[in-house]
Amino acid sequence: MFDQLDQIFVTLKHQLMGFIPGAWQPLVSAILSIALIPVVFPALFSIVTVIERKGIGRIQNRYGPNRVGIPFTKIRLAGFGQFLPDGLKMLTKEDIVPRAADKLVHFLAPVVMLVPVLLAYSVLPFGRNMTVSDFDAGVLFFFAVGGAVEISVFMAGWSSRNKYSLLGAMRAIAQMISYEIPLILSAVTVVMIVGSLNLSAIVQHQNQYTFGIAHWFVFTPWGFAGFLLFLVASLAESNRTPFDLPEAESEIIAGYFTEYSGFKFALFFLGEYLGMFAIDGLGITLFLGGWTAPFSFLTWIPSYVWFFGKLMALVCLFIWIRATLPRLRMDQLMNFAWKFMLPLALINIVVAGIWHFMGQDWQRWLVCSAILAGAYVVLGSALMKKQNLGKRTYRFAE
Amino acid sequence: MSTPLLITLVVTLLAAGTAMCLRNLVHSALMLAICFSGIAAVYLQLNAEFVGFTEILVYVGAIAILIVIAVLLTSSGETPEKSVLTSGWFAGAVVSVLVFTALGWAVLHSHVLASGNAPAPHITVKDVGDVLMTQYVLPLEIIALMLTAAMIGAVIIAYKEEPGTDTKPQTSTKEIPAASVSAYVAGKEGAQ
Amino acid sequence: MSPLQGCLLFSALLFATGFAGAVTRRHAILVLVGIELMLNAANLNLIAFWRFGPHPEALTGFIFVLFSMALAAAEAAVGLALVIAIYRHKRTSNLDEVKELKG
Repeated sequence: MFDQLDQIFVTLKHQLMGFIPGAWQPLVSAILSIALIPVVFPALFSIVTVIERKGIGRIQNRYGPNRVGIPFTKIRLAGFGQFLPDGLKMLTKEDIVPRAADKLVHFLAPVVMLVPVLLAYSVLPFGRNMTVSDFDAGVLFFFAVGGAVEISVFMAGWSSRNKYSLLGAMRAIAQMISYEIPLILSAVTVVMIVGSLNLSAIVQHQNQYTFGIAHWFVFTPWGFAGFLLFLVASLAESNRTPFDLPEAESEIIAGYFTEYSGFKFALFFLGEYLGMFAIDGLGITLFLGGWTAPFSFLTWIPSYVWFFGKLMALVCLFIWIRATLPRLRMDQLMNFAWKFMLPLALINIVVAGIWHFMGQDWQRWLVCSAILAGAYVVLGSALMKKQNLGKRTYRFAE
Repeated sequence: MSTPLLITLVVTLLAAGTAMCLRNLVHSALMLAICFSGIAAVYLQLNAEFVGFTEILVYVGAIAILIVIAVLLTSSGETPEKSVLTSGWFAGAVVSVLVFTALGWAVLHSHVLASGNAPAPHITVKDVGDVLMTQYVLPLEIIALMLTAAMIGAVIIAYKEEPGTDTKPQTSTKEIPAASVSAYVAGKEGAQ
Repeated sequence: MSPLQGCLLFSALLFATGFAGAVTRRHAILVLVGIELMLNAANLNLIAFWRFGPHPEALTGFIFVLFSMALAAAEAAVGLALVIAIYRHKRTSNLDEVKELKG
């Protein structure tokens, strides 16, 4: 019975395809597969904005939004209907375009951000047999369309003819290209061990159980280090705190989308959050086992429930990090990427190779963990040596 | 020739043409990005999936960004008022038409090429990896050396040398946004 | 006209466009843009011959194109670094004005 529940969307789609005449079947099949993505993920985005505001509020010792439940009624729903008036506000705001702005490029920048991000969802496996397009080179496709987002950042910043927008855009591009390298290198370790760029094959490789625990890559030393590197790099790719200098309100107004209002700003906001979900989805697929259950006695829960559960857990982790950590300065950010994360990612690749060739005995755990811990300590102390941090002192108002 | 492929070819050619004709350099660079995406779509049509994705990753994701950053750093972001064509442009245009005519004639009048129609090859990424690691491993290592040399060379060439400043490498990355903004502002004031 | 000829004509047109831009335009960066277009046209040629040629499973054209892309990226990086360095010395990117060997 639970197998049927697991494959319910696949069987539903097969039955729907039975009603369609033969000539139209490829087109309708493609449309049905794709159609759920622009429906499910923006809905997830609206709920996540409310969760984020309430979560950050609670961490900061205040309530988040808690009034709006169902509009025009007195039902409060603890504030989870907040996304409806917010969305309506964004849609009905006046669309101001600066007089000196480059109109066509200014108009197209949000679109150029959104389309690659939606494309990236097509290779993620949401459940067993539930990938939209199972490319042989799925990981490469994901990173290729991720690189296209930087063009839209530049378009937004340059077309506004605003010094702050341009500065924010250059900073954002520098940050994105710097953190793309540790991101891709940490994904390369997984590809190396599995031997395939196909995301479904990567998930299937983690679908084995020893003593009841799944073979997720995060449970190995190199996988754990790779997962942490991937998490930090994906925080930087999505411009989330602590890497949100290019778009922080107290620093540069709003960075590259200063001059955007109304629906275009809503599209940028949506694109940013969807990008965050997509890269979380890739991290889950590569390191956290995709749609597999962590323990073998839990495999009866449907696969898509596991995927979205893990996605919500990672998103809540990102929200928690946002509310807790202070922002990194631009040069600190770049130093961290090039002098800490890149060497660590390269050492991680070597460690993954050592893991693979040391056979199946217990010594490889010790050797790999020791190399990674040693590299972390050495690189960290080398990076911290330049900071002259003394004892913490307090200064009170006299 | 299916309709999507025809549209892709037309869009790519138009984008390439406008990339070379426009006065505004940033628009030209963005048109180039469209052209690269079109070429990647043509690669996908020719069953070269891996090459198509690599094209988007390398050209659109890196080279187009590099070109726009270079445009900003040389304060060429505004539309120039003077002529954009070099002296002797007419000879160049004539030669390019001649080049295309020669190539087109050679392609259309060849017997070997007229029979070029083969079934689609089924290659996987594993095949590409096998070939790269066994047959072509020497070019792979040489390319790695060449990329390292190019990276070091590019950094050394573009290094900002000012007497008396702190010559640590990390300041050059902080200077990129600063240099771009100062170049942009200086260009605006120069234009006024 | 076979598909191979169609692909080759398309890449010849791209090549001619890139060549026209590279020899006609005044700005140094646009010359580099033209060169990138020409390299892309050559890569397209190689893939077309790989696809419609006798032994596509040998992957010769495919690998050639991968290396050619890496080389084109490296060449674009070095070329643009040169343009930036010239701009710093001469305050101009106009190719007509950068015609003296004396620095």
